[in-house]
Amino acid sequence: MTTNVEATIPKKRVETKRRSFWADVIIRLVREKPLGTFGAIVVIILLVVGIFANFIAPYGMNQMHLNAILSPPSFKYLLGNDQLGRDLLSRLIYGARISMIIGILGTTLSSVVSIVIGLISGFIGGATDMIVQRFVDGFMSVPGFLLLLTIMSIVGNGMFQIIIVLGITFGIVGSRVIRSAVIAIKSNIYVSASEAIGCSPIRLMIRHILPNIMAPIIINFTIGLGGTIMMEASLSYLGFGVPPGIPSWGSMLSNEGRKYMQQAPNLALWPGFCLTIVVYGVNMFGDALRDILDPRLRGGVGSYSLKGNKLRKLKEETVNRQPMV
Amino acid sequence: MGAYAIRRLLWVPVTVIVVSIIIFLSTRFIPGNIIDLIESEMAAMGATGIINTKAVSHALGLDVPVYVQYARWIGNIVLHGSLGTSFLSKTNITSEILQRIPVTAELGIMATVIGVLISIPIGVWSAMRQDTISDYVLRSIAILLISVPSFWIATMIFIYPSIWWNWTPPIQLISFTKDPLGNLRMFIIPALVLGAALSGVTMRMTRAMMLEVLRQDYTRTAWAKGLSERVIVIRHALKNALIPVVTIIGLQIPLIIGGEVIIEQIFVLPGIGRLILDALTNRDYPMVEGINLVIASFVILINLFVDLTYGWLDPRVHYE
Repeated sequence: MTTNVEATIPKKRVETKRRSFWADVIIRLVREKPLGTFGAIVVIILLVVGIFANFIAPYGMNQMHLNAILSPPSFKYLLGNDQLGRDLLSRLIYGARISMIIGILGTTLSSVVSIVIGLISGFIGGATDMIVQRFVDGFMSVPGFLLLLTIMSIVGNGMFQIIIVLGITFGIVGSRVIRSAVIAIKSNIYVSASEAIGCSPIRLMIRHILPNIMAPIIINFTIGLGGTIMMEASLSYLGFGVPPGIPSWGSMLSNEGRKYMQQAPNLALWPGFCLTIVVYGVNMFGDALRDILDPRLRGGVGSYSLKGNKLRKLKEETVNRQPMV
Repeated sequence: MGAYAIRRLLWVPVTVIVVSIIIFLSTRFIPGNIIDLIESEMAAMGATGIINTKAVSHALGLDVPVYVQYARWIGNIVLHGSLGTSFLSKTNITSEILQRIPVTAELGIMATVIGVLISIPIGVWSAMRQDTISDYVLRSIAILLISVPSFWIATMIFIYPSIWWNWTPPIQLISFTKDPLGNLRMFIIPALVLGAALSGVTMRMTRAMMLEVLRQDYTRTAWAKGLSERVIVIRHALKNALIPVVTIIGLQIPLIIGGEVIIEQIFVLPGIGRLILDALTNRDYPMVEGINLVIASFVILINLFVDLTYGWLDPRVHYE
């Protein structure tokens, strides 16, 4: 009898161990979150179109067809052409590449900035934490869009500039969430235990705390991705983003779209449509991922207790959504 | 609460000082000098060597170390209540900002009201019908509203109605005192665009808060007493759920101001958003700094107000 029970336990353990963490996340995403799966598909399409833009696009992004200026959609040019005779579909496809590059690099940079600031501020605590947090407070008080516009107007238009500026600004704002997570993890007994056996602070941060705050980091990344893509488009729309010539969806909408909106409404319709679908997909995916990875945060602020930190959670939630202009 | 309020109040000046430093440095410390920018732009227009770099930098007060510039700037604000004069129009920045506030405030308030009117009923409905098809649809719409760029919707409003019905939104500013209805009619469309974008966040928050309250014991008690669903939802649940939602609406102000920059530009409204965009394109940095400081101070005050009223609205909240 007893031997039987003992024999069954290890077997079950082996079975549950077979699935990796990510496989589990993907299976739950597909099973439980149809809209999240839709979002994931949009993200994958964006990546594929962005990476293979030069194979997918029928024409070059700045290739002019002077016989087809502002022409309506046709079989040759599926969505029509702009005022320089450039094929709109091809420019949209290259626009996906711009959004993808700025989105991913900008969000990666902002994650790194968030992790560094959040870890240092949350782990060290005390006076360091207080000084760092006052600066973060300051950054959060200036409306993000105004600050970004101001800085972009000084550093000038450019892909590199926009990635750095978006990455650092969003990183500073996003560090709050990471800091909260670090403080929550820090009070765990295993952290004190590793401290007691003489772990260095660096090792503690990287080996013991960092792996345990992966959920907020991943959530921050996916939510930030939508915000970064949207922000780049908004800045480019106002002329403070990528330089002219590079087909960003935002600048296409304002440069070609608004100027020729009466002759060729397509030029304004499609860039905004692509932007909406991509940001919608990324947000849906991010939301589903958050539900799966951090059940406490489900549907916004979820079931956090009404004491003290709820207001902070609320603030973090709104500030995280701030990029959506 | 009292000790918390005092501590919170004491932090306000510190935050304002930090913000003023961030704003000041954002235009000074970043590589690229304002004068170089002006010069290169003049050169691009075919006018080289017209400006005397030294004289210009002296006139703008840029020939002294950064901390002296900062001290002068702050000193002027504290002692004379003046944000300085504009590079370009040589007018007083404070009075220029004050002039623009009514338009921005009206648009912001209307957008907030519209956002609330859209989001709260839908959020409540979504929570009452949790995990049904209508809940899924409404939640997807909420995320869609967050994801649609307002500048795209605004542009579409200028394009398609004019093609289909030969109608364009009014863009001539009508003063409220002269023609209140005409004024509201011209503000309603930009306010709708902005309000819809804001409602997504509030809708999600309302739903989450309602769900939490609907699971509480006192809601169950209300059900057990045999009260009608309407009474339970409105009198018992909504009242409690709205407390955090109200604070969120207060915290959305930076978002509204960011959105207004774009909306005012598209709908040609002479508000603060237009002022800062014009200042940025003309490289009028004293103006940019002034506007950023005024807006950030306003946001800090709203934050303070939200923090303090939260505990008063909801006595269950304990401050750390």
